[in-house]
Amino acid sequence: MSNIPGDLKFLSSHEWIRVESDGTVTVGISDHAQDLLGDIVFVELPEVGQSIDAESDAAIVESVKAASDVYSPLSGEVIEVNALLEDQPEIVNSSPYEDGWFYKLNPTNMNELENLLSPEDYSEACED
Amino acid sequence: MNKTALNESHFALGAKMVNFSDWEMPISYTSLIDEHKAVRGSAGIFDVSHMAVFDFLGGDQIGFFEKIFANDIKKVSQQNKAIYGALLDENGCILDDLIIYHSNNKFRLVSNCSTREQNKHWYQKYAKEFNVEVVERSDMGILAIQGPKALKKIVEMDGIDAKVNDLDTFGCFFEGDKLFARTGYTGEDGLEIIIPNADIKNIWENAIRLGCVPIGLGARDTLRLEAGLNLYGNDMTNENHPYESNLGWTIDMSDESREFVGKCALLSIDQSKSKKIVGVILRDKGILRKGYEINHEQGKGIILSGSYSPTLQLSIGLARVDQGYKENGKVIIRNKALNIDFVSPRFLRQGKI
Repeated sequence: MSNIPGDLKFLSSHEWIRVESDGTVTVGISDHAQDLLGDIVFVELPEVGQSIDAESDAAIVESVKAASDVYSPLSGEVIEVNALLEDQPEIVNSSPYEDGWFYKLNPTNMNELENLLSPEDYSEACED
Repeated sequence: MNKTALNESHFALGAKMVNFSDWEMPISYTSLIDEHKAVRGSAGIFDVSHMAVFDFLGGDQIGFFEKIFANDIKKVSQQNKAIYGALLDENGCILDDLIIYHSNNKFRLVSNCSTREQNKHWYQKYAKEFNVEVVERSDMGILAIQGPKALKKIVEMDGIDAKVNDLDTFGCFFEGDKLFARTGYTGEDGLEIIIPNADIKNIWENAIRLGCVPIGLGARDTLRLEAGLNLYGNDMTNENHPYESNLGWTIDMSDESREFVGKCALLSIDQSKSKKIVGVILRDKGILRKGYEINHEQGKGIILSGSYSPTLQLSIGLARVDQGYKENGKVIIRNKALNIDFVSPRFLRQGKI
């Protein structure tokens, strides 16, 4: 398992979140997920202003081989999407935890954080 | 799961392995797109030993193939050459697509992996009448070396006869039990080598040493899609006839006395009303996938194969559509109608746009 930044939390379906200093939340997919998918060629992002429930589908990521749903780790309102991914979806392969983020949320229920996995627990879940 | 003679080599190269019709096969080694580009730009080597190989002994083999094969074996039975075509059932539906190689009065047949048992029984059923013995060659493996530099690398290899260079497209020859043929499934120049499993590893390692890039089944799929080559089980099944599967050109009725299996049923099909397989290019952002619905001015259709084309850098697919389509139409992706162009299924010719 590659290095996972310690400030992230995960869904077992391979999405990560980072709580930023201004209280917003950034969402992306894990290094393990991008490796499983292979070359990513298309990402469909949610609309800014859209409300999303935790664990509902928020985006689509497509590799050459297949399309996969991306689930939102937390509920909230989408405040920004990563426009870079529209023309350079391969950034998700090269930088899944930094430049390859998907969208930012204004979270509506921070208690949902308790349902997410720590980097250690996520690593273990991937090995099962 | 079945394993090819190169199973350990694939693991040693770090391949991602998948279960493909009960065979453990490499889907990719590094990046599918890099592998695809290596074949288009230079040379790649594929282990396709999961494919079924059959030889035939004794009897009237020409009569046998004239009966079971919808293309006419007489096109190659006097030459050292391969012929592509379909195995049909009595209803004219496609049981499989296959290549029959002929050289030095010997025939060798290569067909798909998932249809191995069905085909074996089918061959045996008809072989009796012609006193032909069907021999499944599970001791054989297949390597494909494909790309603009494939032949140049092959002739540098020890133990390969330089006369592979003189083969025309679809030309072939036996050297003992080894078969060398200028065929492939990528739209590139190259060779397919059908040889005993015991000899496979040596050629594989030699080819990689000379710069051939190992290529998995993932890139094999995008390469064949760009070349507009059907995949059995995907673009055509035993519910489709050849005219709605772009295989009308492989149906040879020029010898009117030849009664092949499925011929009567084909004669009753009105080809002017048959659906067609057409190439599709997605003009909006997204990726075409199998099962997506299509609308055009005079009918409907469905995507059979869809993916990202690393060469064209957009999404392409094969679709079966009602006749009456013109230049463009719509595909429904996640409830949105997106723009598509209808084009020839051969997106690339000789590896070029």
